[in-house]
Amino acid sequence: MTAFLRAVWIIARKDLAIEARSRELINTTVFFALSCVVVFSVSFVGEGGDGRAMGEAAAGILWIAIAFSGTLALGRTFERERYGDTLRALLLAPGARPAVYVGKLLGVVMLLLATEVIIVPLVAFLFQARLFDHALLLVSLLVFGTVGFACVGTLFAAMLGRARSRDVLLPILLYPVTIPVMIAGVRGTAALLAAEPQLEMARVWTMLLLSFDVVFVTLSLWTFESVMTE
Amino acid sequence: MRTRIFLTLMLLRTAALAAQDPQGGFVPVTEVPASEQLPSLPLVITAYAFVWAAFLFYAWTMWKKLGKVEQEITILSAQISKPRAKP
Amino acid sequence: MRKAFVPLLALAGLIFMTAPILIMRARYESTMGLVQKIFYFHMPPAMLMLLSAIFCGLISMLYLIKKRPVYDWIAFAAAELTVLYGAMAMVTGPLWARKAWGVWWVWDARLTMSLLLWMVFVSYLLLRRYGGPGSETLAAGLALFGMATSPFVYLSVNIWRTLHPLTSVVPTLPVDFAFALWYAFLGFLLLYIALMTMRVRIEEQRALVDQLYLESEE
Repeated sequence: MTAFLRAVWIIARKDLAIEARSRELINTTVFFALSCVVVFSVSFVGEGGDGRAMGEAAAGILWIAIAFSGTLALGRTFERERYGDTLRALLLAPGARPAVYVGKLLGVVMLLLATEVIIVPLVAFLFQARLFDHALLLVSLLVFGTVGFACVGTLFAAMLGRARSRDVLLPILLYPVTIPVMIAGVRGTAALLAAEPQLEMARVWTMLLLSFDVVFVTLSLWTFESVMTE
Repeated sequence: MRTRIFLTLMLLRTAALAAQDPQGGFVPVTEVPASEQLPSLPLVITAYAFVWAAFLFYAWTMWKKLGKVEQEITILSAQISKPRAKP
Repeated sequence: MRKAFVPLLALAGLIFMTAPILIMRARYESTMGLVQKIFYFHMPPAMLMLLSAIFCGLISMLYLIKKRPVYDWIAFAAAELTVLYGAMAMVTGPLWARKAWGVWWVWDARLTMSLLLWMVFVSYLLLRRYGGPGSETLAAGLALFGMATSPFVYLSVNIWRTLHPLTSVVPTLPVDFAFALWYAFLGFLLLYIALMTMRVRIEEQRALVDQLYLESEE
């Protein structure tokens, strides 16, 4: 078990080390997410005439920005591996294959969470939402949702490693499968950001996301083994 | 423990939703006033026509592909079983 | 050789073409009138689409474990038929809904789940077509995930809202309705089997062609 965890940590740390030096992924992903939020907020300005964006759109805009920037981040994480042809080396390494998957997943999740740290307050700022009243619930919603999206995304991005048209195929494959994450994330966030926060509903959505995570991380671990045979 | 509570909540909620929507069974009648019939006809015809067209299209495509593939096999088998001219 | 399929196709086609007779003879439904007749050509494809999707997911799992080509061929055929039957259900449904509910579409649990499942299998076909070599295994993984995510889609939309007639409608159907329905269902099912066997045969023959090409180059 500890060998597994150590392998996971080594892989994740490798990605972090590369990232720390250039900060390419984090900068571009954060800025892309920012652009998404701004463009969508401008597009969904309400009819009120005072130019303020629709309050109900806040949750949707947040999660769409996460989904879009997540897709790009996934693509480029594996692009790096493909460029150095390191994925095959990783898979040949004596550590268990699942560790490769979990290590990559950890890297992607950390990248996305770092992005969310910046855009969630931005969304709150643009929509006058009181975010920090129920911080713990919001954080768990975001974490579980991000893990759910990333776990399927990491698997698909790895699977598509050398496929043709992989850039456009990743969102085509990923979005329908992760719809439950989007529904739960958006409805849960909306419940929290509403004028009268519906805590019970938010908890229900958080639990749904957690069960999705459990099922899909397990499924991904199993599938990763069978699919990544060279 | 929380998973159990969640699952029970889900079951209760689904049951509640199911109970409050008595959009129950179909009720048959023999005649329908003429005013009801006409606007529906184009919808019904479109629906049935689409289903038939979809089936025919797919079956026809499959038939063509099967014919083509079988033709390739006959040609290739003939090529292989022909005796070679040079060693 | 493909003549061998004619009997099954003919039988299925016969049932399919005589189904409307039964459908016309069934009585009208009181609130919906003529438009309810769409039900007989909407419910069978919808149900078969769901079953086909599950079947594809299971066969894909089998392919991932055993790696025998025949499982891949069956999965591919099942995916194509899922998309075909799904398209039928998705077109006939809104046509019926427009009259019965007044809207073309609503985001209730059953509709959303069906739409998402259909989209997953459309993306399956796109992957097989444009993914290049090695896409069989990837597609198998996708089918599996598509199958796994459906209960979650259903559950999440259910928590959110619902409008589709309850499944309990079918057991309570009057006799003439039920007879027409299950007759139509039989037609759809036989056509499914006929089309699937043809499709799998095509893949089998294609594999044979590849093998023969290799042999002829020696």
